[in-house]
Amino acid sequence: MNISLKVNGVAAEVDVPPHWTLLRMLRDMLLHHEVKHGCGEGVCGACTVLLDGVAVNGCLVLAVQADGADVRTVASLAEGDALHPLQRELVERGAVQCGFCTAGVVLGALEATTIGAAGSREEIRRSLAGNLCRCTGYATIVDAVEAYQLTR
Amino acid sequence: MSIADVKAKHRVVGEEIVRHDAVEKVCGRTSYSADAALPGMLHAMLRRSDVCHARLRSIDVERAKAIDGVVAVLLADDVPNNRIWVDVPGQTLEVGALKSFQNVLADGIVRYHGEPVALVIARSEDAALAAVDAIEIDYERLPVVDDPGRALDDDAPKVHESGNLLTEWVLEEGDVDAALRDAPVVVEDSYQTQFIDHAYLEPESGLAWLDTDGVIVIRASTQVIEHFRDVAHILGVDENRVRVIAPYVGGGFGGKEDMTVEPYLGLAVSRTGQPVRMVWSRQESLQARQNRHAVRMRYRTAADEQGNLIAQDIEILSDGGAYAFLSALVLLYSTTCAPGPYRCPNVRIHSRVVYTNHTPCSAMRGFGGMQVALGYEGQMDKLARRLGMDPLELRRRNFVEKGDTLAIGQPLPTHVALPELTEAVESRMGPRPLPSGPDKLVGRGFSCNLQSYGRCVWLDDWSSAWIGFELDGSLVIRIGVPDIGCGQASSLVQIASEVLGVAPGRITIHIGDSALNPLTGTTTATRQLYMSGNAVLKAATELRDGLSEVAAAMLDVEADRVVFSPDGVHDGDEPDRTVGFPALIAECARRDVPWQRLSVFNGPKGAAWKADERWRGRVLPDFTYGCHAVDIELDRETGHVRVLRYVAAHDVGRAINPASVRGQIVGAVAMGLGQALSERVVFEEGQNLTGTFAQYLIPTAVEIPDVEAIVLESGEGLGPFGARGIGEPPVGPPIPAIAAALHDAAGVTMTVTPFTSERIADAIEGRTGAAD
Repeated sequence: MNISLKVNGVAAEVDVPPHWTLLRMLRDMLLHHEVKHGCGEGVCGACTVLLDGVAVNGCLVLAVQADGADVRTVASLAEGDALHPLQRELVERGAVQCGFCTAGVVLGALEATTIGAAGSREEIRRSLAGNLCRCTGYATIVDAVEAYQLTR
Repeated sequence: MSIADVKAKHRVVGEEIVRHDAVEKVCGRTSYSADAALPGMLHAMLRRSDVCHARLRSIDVERAKAIDGVVAVLLADDVPNNRIWVDVPGQTLEVGALKSFQNVLADGIVRYHGEPVALVIARSEDAALAAVDAIEIDYERLPVVDDPGRALDDDAPKVHESGNLLTEWVLEEGDVDAALRDAPVVVEDSYQTQFIDHAYLEPESGLAWLDTDGVIVIRASTQVIEHFRDVAHILGVDENRVRVIAPYVGGGFGGKEDMTVEPYLGLAVSRTGQPVRMVWSRQESLQARQNRHAVRMRYRTAADEQGNLIAQDIEILSDGGAYAFLSALVLLYSTTCAPGPYRCPNVRIHSRVVYTNHTPCSAMRGFGGMQVALGYEGQMDKLARRLGMDPLELRRRNFVEKGDTLAIGQPLPTHVALPELTEAVESRMGPRPLPSGPDKLVGRGFSCNLQSYGRCVWLDDWSSAWIGFELDGSLVIRIGVPDIGCGQASSLVQIASEVLGVAPGRITIHIGDSALNPLTGTTTATRQLYMSGNAVLKAATELRDGLSEVAAAMLDVEADRVVFSPDGVHDGDEPDRTVGFPALIAECARRDVPWQRLSVFNGPKGAAWKADERWRGRVLPDFTYGCHAVDIELDRETGHVRVLRYVAAHDVGRAINPASVRGQIVGAVAMGLGQALSERVVFEEGQNLTGTFAQYLIPTAVEIPDVEAIVLESGEGLGPFGARGIGEPPVGPPIPAIAAALHDAAGVTMTVTPFTSERIADAIEGRTGAAD
């Protein structure tokens, strides 16, 4: 099926099989390898992208559902070496270890802070419940989101 | 040396520098193993066994081969050397000449649910998946061994012809029976831990291609690039015809220590000559890749009225699953650590690991040494209650000290900081919390442990590293270390910077390539900072020694007055007199003095082990010690546990990067809490029922509290600058700490992990678990 969408501001016309997920199309057709495949079942959150500003699991959305949409991945946030403030907090607070969950964490946390769902540490933790991390024990991630929230 | 002295000596070591890889990762720029594609790339996928024990009457691949886009379907007969042999140290010859094996592809029989049977290679993932489903396997079901306690019965079905005993250890120091008979106090109990999945976020994956000169290159998510040798043996080619590259790895925890995709990619490239990618699904990863051993323990512990340990009688039965993998070494670690960090004159240990038709077990963070912490710490708490003693006071009375020897004959060569660690933790915990409501109970628990760092000394471990300057004064490190997320590469940069002065930002480190990097051994066994760190330290120091002579001549001073700094080399007495690195390197060229260095660091050796009950000796290089404490709140109706506060202290000798050290401690505590409270791989008659993250429950940010890490630096460790390893040691103590807190809160003795709400509620209502 032919669809058109924007990924990180760049327009794309794609002929995608109807059963392909947004995640698969982003990775295997458009080579957006910054979007990670962690579980394929909507639990781990590694494939989180912003679909018209809403954080979704790319593995739970069909590619054709993104027809006409504005998709943003983690690669759109930094400008060269100038990190987004949330990215900077994550790096400086040691919240990045293996880094495989990080792309999803950044976008999930960004959405949560934008819509005001990450006021307290408790809320931040709840907002991160859809992003599994096996390395950090989460505390440094919560620290980073909290610090970013305070600077906004 | 005081702790202040340890810290004052260094310029870069001990600083919380930002890891260079973190910036790339947070931007999504890091290319992991599945994040690459090549023109003409094929896709490989495994057809795995649907059942856990069966003879394969027939495998029909014709329908699969006829699917459009399918290039080949390989079976056992298509593998040049289908067996991967592993060493099996232990006091049994039951398995033959101390060797065991697993097949690359099942050879006539399958022994676990998910065992690889056929390898499909296709032009698209869709075609590969269709072909996998189209392969028809006719199984003749065989009786299943799904209980390790029954595996050794005379009438138990055999998983392997050699019998179900994989290996065992029998040790006795002193006279345990007499000591138990005469002791004033004896406590005993049984403990049981469950199968655990590593559950790293990056599934097993890789891309491989045929390079020039017939070299097969496998770029894969692995902790061990040295598996190029194993792939070569499987393919029947010289070892120098296979190259393994490990890009940054999305988590390992031991699960990428054995090979995963590598042999299949090697076979597929060898067969087709085309580039091939293989990515395992999460379901494959959870169902078919090795687990942490489930362990059953029986402890009898005797003491005098003052709480001095007199005897420990320990039985360990470990479920190794269907193939040996690293089970024998895992059991050796269990055996070594089983008495805990406690002095005891009479110790008997009988440990066994058996084959069953469960998914094979192998390496996972803690490697057999962590499960037994539930046993030895459960006993200490039980003993403290029996004697009416403070649990930490009882432990302090019995702690091992530097120079002591564990029951297996293992010496403890460095400072044992357990007294300081217990004091640090106790003072940080503060007042006990109050229950938040009438149905709530609160409890506090402590635990201590020892866990090794570095590989078994019989394995003649070594690491090598290359360091060299570029002409502009920037520095390059080449070392074959896979970085699995712990900051392995970044810490090595810090060590080189400390010695050679060059700022971390001007150092590039090339890692994880078996062809282009000096080999440095596996990223396992909490060994990289210790071994590779020492190799880099040695190379940097030897390089500096050579350069110092040249710099001294240029500055016209004695070599010992030369100081290396970010700006170059200067006269220590007159810092304004400086030679920049480019000028120094140019002078080295004129004098034929090398400005690169390749150095090898060798680990300690141990007396060769013999298959003899009287054998005693050094098994491991050294240990890292810890003390943890937890406060929990428990709902007495539902059994739900909320972790309120957690403090974990370890002596790391010297923290090269304290932020990375804390990251290891806090992350390992989270993993340990997952094992304590929620995670379990579930089998029903050998069939794995936990194949998704919706069924296998690793903790989320909601379950894990803010963990406080206390980093003690005694300055004594075998690593660079006195460092000890910290990757594995903090994963064991959370389980006994939670068990102690549950007893403190509700008077229940929890001995079987995970301590689920249901089990706790049952224990509170007296349906299970005895109060003592």
